[in-house]
Amino acid sequence: MLAELLPTDCLLSREEELKPYECDGLAAYRAQPLLVALPRTEEQVCAVVRACHALRVPLVARGAGTGLSGGAMPHAAGVLLSLARFDRILEVDPIARTARVQPGVRNLAVSEAAAPFGLYYAPDPSSQLACTIGGNVAENSGGVHCLKYGLTVHNVLKVRGCTIEGEIVELGSAALDSPGLDLLAITLGSEGLLLVVTEVLLKLIPKPECAQVVMVSFDDVGRAGDGVAAIIAAGIIPAGLEMMDRQATAAVEPFVKAGYDLTAEAILLAESDGTPDEVAEEVAALESVLREAGATAISVSRSEAERLRFWSGRKNAFPAAGRLSPDYYCMDGTIPRKALGAVLRAIEAMEKKYGLKCLNVFHAGDGNLHPLILFDANREGEWQRAERFGIEILELCVRLGGTVTGEHGVGVEKLNPMCVQFSPAERAAFFAVKAAFDPPGLLNPGKAIPTLARCAEYGREHIRRGELPHPELPRF
Amino acid sequence: METVLGELRAAVMEAHRERKPLCLRGAGTKDFYGESREGAPLDLAGYRGVVEYEPSELVLTARCGTPLSEIETLLAHHQQFLAFEPPSLGGDPTIGGVVAAGLSGPRRAHSGAARDFVLGAVLLGVDGEVLHFGGKVMKNVAGFDVSRLLCGSLGILGPILEVSLKVMPLPREEQTLRFELTAAAALDAFNRWAGQPLPISASAWWSGVAHLRLSGAPAAVRAARGRLGGETLEAAAAAEWWRELRSQRHTLFGDTPSLWRLSVPSSTAPLALEGTQLIEWGGALRWYASERPASEVRRIATAAGGTALHWRGGTAGSRFHPLAASVLAIHRRLKERFDPHGIFNHNRLVAGL
Repeated sequence: MLAELLPTDCLLSREEELKPYECDGLAAYRAQPLLVALPRTEEQVCAVVRACHALRVPLVARGAGTGLSGGAMPHAAGVLLSLARFDRILEVDPIARTARVQPGVRNLAVSEAAAPFGLYYAPDPSSQLACTIGGNVAENSGGVHCLKYGLTVHNVLKVRGCTIEGEIVELGSAALDSPGLDLLAITLGSEGLLLVVTEVLLKLIPKPECAQVVMVSFDDVGRAGDGVAAIIAAGIIPAGLEMMDRQATAAVEPFVKAGYDLTAEAILLAESDGTPDEVAEEVAALESVLREAGATAISVSRSEAERLRFWSGRKNAFPAAGRLSPDYYCMDGTIPRKALGAVLRAIEAMEKKYGLKCLNVFHAGDGNLHPLILFDANREGEWQRAERFGIEILELCVRLGGTVTGEHGVGVEKLNPMCVQFSPAERAAFFAVKAAFDPPGLLNPGKAIPTLARCAEYGREHIRRGELPHPELPRF
Repeated sequence: METVLGELRAAVMEAHRERKPLCLRGAGTKDFYGESREGAPLDLAGYRGVVEYEPSELVLTARCGTPLSEIETLLAHHQQFLAFEPPSLGGDPTIGGVVAAGLSGPRRAHSGAARDFVLGAVLLGVDGEVLHFGGKVMKNVAGFDVSRLLCGSLGILGPILEVSLKVMPLPREEQTLRFELTAAAALDAFNRWAGQPLPISASAWWSGVAHLRLSGAPAAVRAARGRLGGETLEAAAAAEWWRELRSQRHTLFGDTPSLWRLSVPSSTAPLALEGTQLIEWGGALRWYASERPASEVRRIATAAGGTALHWRGGTAGSRFHPLAASVLAIHRRLKERFDPHGIFNHNRLVAGL
């Protein structure tokens, strides 16, 4: 049927053609789709969606496949819709400060196109060289600058997409307000379960005149955490605020030569941006607050090259983990910042329990942890141990008042911990949202929200947030 | 507070069972807002109090009935504030009402909207269940973002029992500049300035005069003032000027029988609409005291790529800008699933829902 709707070069169905689409950035989960569609036009997207709707065939949309939670893993009985050919920046409007782009445009390409006007697109996930705007919309991606400049949800004005019925909807607007419910907000981070995005209107902001990074050493991770709290308490919102523990700096330093203090238990990277005077003022304030908080060494980037070098280690933490170990498993829990010391101590104990090493990099400004668990998939039982290690970290995050995923999404990976974070009634509400957009449930089915049956199977009645909030309510 | 919550749950369960519509109400400062109010009042003002606030976490959690003034006083004590500057319209709203209405003040174009600061919300479901969405952390993509969907929902999906909001440090320096400009020149300037790295936090134009507020680090505010020129307002007078605008005590809002709120892309040239206008949000919000027919106002807003809300005047069922059929269909299915018998704020946000 799809062969009648699309030109032959828009369909892949041979085994060797399907292979590259088996998984996304989380290679441990794989499936082969029935076929891959690579449409070029919005009409073709709608035609594919309509055909899937008519035949009741599951449909999974995919961008660059850099996601880390298996959100773009194909459905074995479904169609994989790649938006790779939707790679055009349709318009950059320097006066309105917007960029209208197709979903397959790479994140960094937007800022490159906006640069001649002194503008840029703020969200900057570490994968920004490769990841696409459509994928960013699906995951509500963050980055290292989101405490000050927001997540994808704060930087998207409008999304145009195709519903499962094959109809085009526009959510949000180039104006700041839209009537009715905020369907744009719920679409952002919906992991491809609500609609297939065909066009996105992004907000661009002026590029700060200059930026400097303060690199700070601490002899204790808990004290580094207190340093973060002290910065916020002093009324400073740094443009970026990252932390790495000793294992992480030791892993990246030989690789990138960023000049990290390898004797420190933890280092903080705090970026200040703005006018030259403003940055000078803020950097001085940061130095004084952090010295007070017990920093053992402080250095400030003296040039743009040095600033980028300080960041390079953090941005390359994942590849560095890949050099240290055949495989690594990246977690994404978020916690209230005050719980940082407790979580890092608990992770240390888990390293012994599971016999695996873990590097900790951390978006300290917004409490988003990225523990990287090192393992070797070729060794019997190591992947299973790594997975259990990860799940234990996530459940700890929930107990401390946090969440199982800050920015990577639930995908297929975190379905079980979702049973811990949300009650049956809350999960039913998520399915209600899903059904309102996609009544037959064909868009990326089986992802993001666990079914009641799955949670029952996941086992023992989990206690949410350390207590049952309403013991009188039915639990099943 | 457990007792108050128990009573609210019982009232909702009974209304659902008996299919009796409820009109959710906090302080009642926005009774005028929406298509129409129907049903027996369900008073949410009694479920109040700040639940959790730690300044260094930048998060405040409060029950829905907590007065906005109480929250703002507490935050100010720690040199923090709600950066979307929620408007108080003729009284002291509750925080639940602030989030349910989803209205933002003068800082909207530069700092973000109410929904941008919503981190989590607790919803009272139609069966009396207490549902937690989002959380108390800055980044959270577990499950659909229902807490942001509730912001601006005007209660049609159920009562918001509790909200967690991101709070921000107060700017250390604030100055307001005044420029004599035509509307066209002000729109041009607002858009030009917004494209430069300047610490602008609000802008407005009224009757030949543009006001521009700069907020942030003292060095940045000083540098911007030097670059922009204009006349600097005295601090107390400036603060009062923005407070008046935020709470709609400005002349335009006085006794205008028909007041329109047009939301358009900021770079839209002056609209060909007869009436008196006040411009906010760098050009993205245009208030019009106009007696022109609704069809004409909406046509002008739509042509500019925006929408028009009949803020004051107009008739029930025709105040909000109509939704596209495909978008309305999603609204209808959401409402059917969250509130199958239509007991929550029937007809308040969308006629028929």
